Amino acid sequence: MLRFIFTRLSLVVPTFIGITLLVFVLIRLIPGDPIETMAGERGIDPVRHEQLRKEYGFDQPVLVQYGLYLSRLVHGDLGRSIVTHEPVISEFGTLFPATIELSVCAILFALCLGLPAGIIAAVRRNSIFDHGVMGISLTGYSMPIFWWGLLLILLFSVQLGWTPVSGRIAVQYFIEPVTGFLLVDALLAGDFGAFRSALSHLVLPMIVLGTVPLAVIARMTRSAMLEVLGEDYIRTARAKGLPHWRVIAIHALRNALIPVVTVIGLQVGVLFTGAILTETIFSWPGVGKWLIEGINRRDYPVLQGGTLLIGAIVMIVNLLVDVAYGLINPRIRHTR
Amino acid sequence: MTAEVLNTPVMSQPGAPPHPLSQFWSDFKANFGAVAGLVVIVVLVLLALLADIVAPHSPILTNNTVFLKPPFWQQGGSIAYPLGTDAIGRDILSRLIHGARLSLLIGIAVVSLSVVTGTILGLVAGFFRGVIEIAIMRLMDITLTLPSLLLAIVIVAILGPGLMNAMLAVAIVLLPHYVRIARAAVISEVSKDYVTAAKVAGAGRLRLMFKEVLPNCAAPLIVQATLGISTAILDAAALGFLGLGAQPPLPEWGTMLADAREFVLRAWWVVTLPGLAILVTVLAFNLLGDGLRDALDPKLKR
Repeated sequence: MLRFIFTRLSLVVPTFIGITLLVFVLIRLIPGDPIETMAGERGIDPVRHEQLRKEYGFDQPVLVQYGLYLSRLVHGDLGRSIVTHEPVISEFGTLFPATIELSVCAILFALCLGLPAGIIAAVRRNSIFDHGVMGISLTGYSMPIFWWGLLLILLFSVQLGWTPVSGRIAVQYFIEPVTGFLLVDALLAGDFGAFRSALSHLVLPMIVLGTVPLAVIARMTRSAMLEVLGEDYIRTARAKGLPHWRVIAIHALRNALIPVVTVIGLQVGVLFTGAILTETIFSWPGVGKWLIEGINRRDYPVLQGGTLLIGAIVMIVNLLVDVAYGLINPRIRHTR
Repeated sequence: MTAEVLNTPVMSQPGAPPHPLSQFWSDFKANFGAVAGLVVIVVLVLLALLADIVAPHSPILTNNTVFLKPPFWQQGGSIAYPLGTDAIGRDILSRLIHGARLSLLIGIAVVSLSVVTGTILGLVAGFFRGVIEIAIMRLMDITLTLPSLLLAIVIVAILGPGLMNAMLAVAIVLLPHYVRIARAAVISEVSKDYVTAAKVAGAGRLRLMFKEVLPNCAAPLIVQATLGISTAILDAAALGFLGLGAQPPLPEWGTMLADAREFVLRAWWVVTLPGLAILVTVLAFNLLGDGLRDALDPKLKR
């Protein structure tokens, strides 16, 4: 098992270095002088310009600059935002819990609906329910989620007035951030009004962000279940006279879950793509919205640092999924 | 693997086997969803080709006597503007029809660029192995690690917003899928007898790559390309929605949605219709892609 983990780790390191290189090069490719970009429209006098060039190391050869960038990186320095002058890493740190809270809730939503739907569709194969689930999930998979968000706002916020349109919580509540997750913090503070407000703000973005994973999970669960249900040991279990539900829920589901778990792990990248759009529509103060604002303000350190951090997080989650997969499924561990 | 995929239906039937294409067509026809998808796509293509004739108004010219007119079945609507008008008096139906032209163009151009580049890179990686392969595949792994939309956004941020740059960005994001498929197919093909035979007969590298191996890797690439069109349309629309893709006044569906956002409260039709167009188009390509996969891959049948 240790060897398995080390093989995976050794694959991750070059990928990470590759990401730093990619991000470094991409930002270099932006036309125009970075100091002038920083100075904005006011312009900058030549003496100060030269001074800043030295300070940021822009007078060095590109390779040296990359080395400097890496050394700053290992010290946790991702640069400062041009707009707010805050360190990129601390801005990311304050906004990231909002994105996690939204993403975790979205995945839970997708699991709670997708797993049962997939299982029932597989058990009642070719029934109306099966066709319905497959049709709906293909529609969900094809959904432009930025439009889906607007539709839900139109229906639930505008027509019915059930949910707020944007933000994370109503202005009258102030919750001292402990974990950064508003739902948890509100409960810790014992403020149920705040909890309800946070929840009502969360519902629509959660549905929007969970739609694509929901479709993927339902489809994946169904096909994994169908495969397992055709196995001999299921027939044996049935022949032993075990109750129908026990065969499905215990014998079949356990094995069918293995590919499903992997798929859920691989949804992290998809989830982040969705978070960029969902946060923009609902003005959810997370890293996705922050990145889009960074682009609109031409705040390149934010874009560079944010992209790097997100790439690293996706990579680590994929690694953990890989390792977890090796843990639950010994066959994988030994084939490599 | 690919050769088996293509040949199994022929070999499994003794006597006079049906032509692979007719076998494929009869499998494809049996799939209701795939046929429905195909029909929708044909209609869209016709609309796109005949946009100038079919569309009742210009997609760009504004008419300041008709702001936010509702569709004809609602009070205040008129049959002259069947699906209503937007905030500066442009006919929505005409914009949607011209938008079909843009979206199909985006889908086809992006996927063509991506498939051609990806296939060549994949063939090269699969044929030459060694350092070249490692370099290409590592680069693709890195591209796959970053969330697709984020990478596209970074690329557009560098190149500058606009339809062409957005298309290029989406093409780059889609690239790794084709490289991987082509490389995997090549690696499983090169050890087969027909390739050895061609080598013995004195075929050069290029001939081996493009005339011998490539046709036998085509099936998975075709399926992935069809599904890729839907991803391309969706991603390009998302970029348009974020203000990074096609710029106004182009009638791109995602850009139309971005313009319509502020009218959510007053005019449902400017918000719902462009999104519905995206959904229907993407769904049609996904249905077609699924149908093609089922018909081309006999292992999934039964």
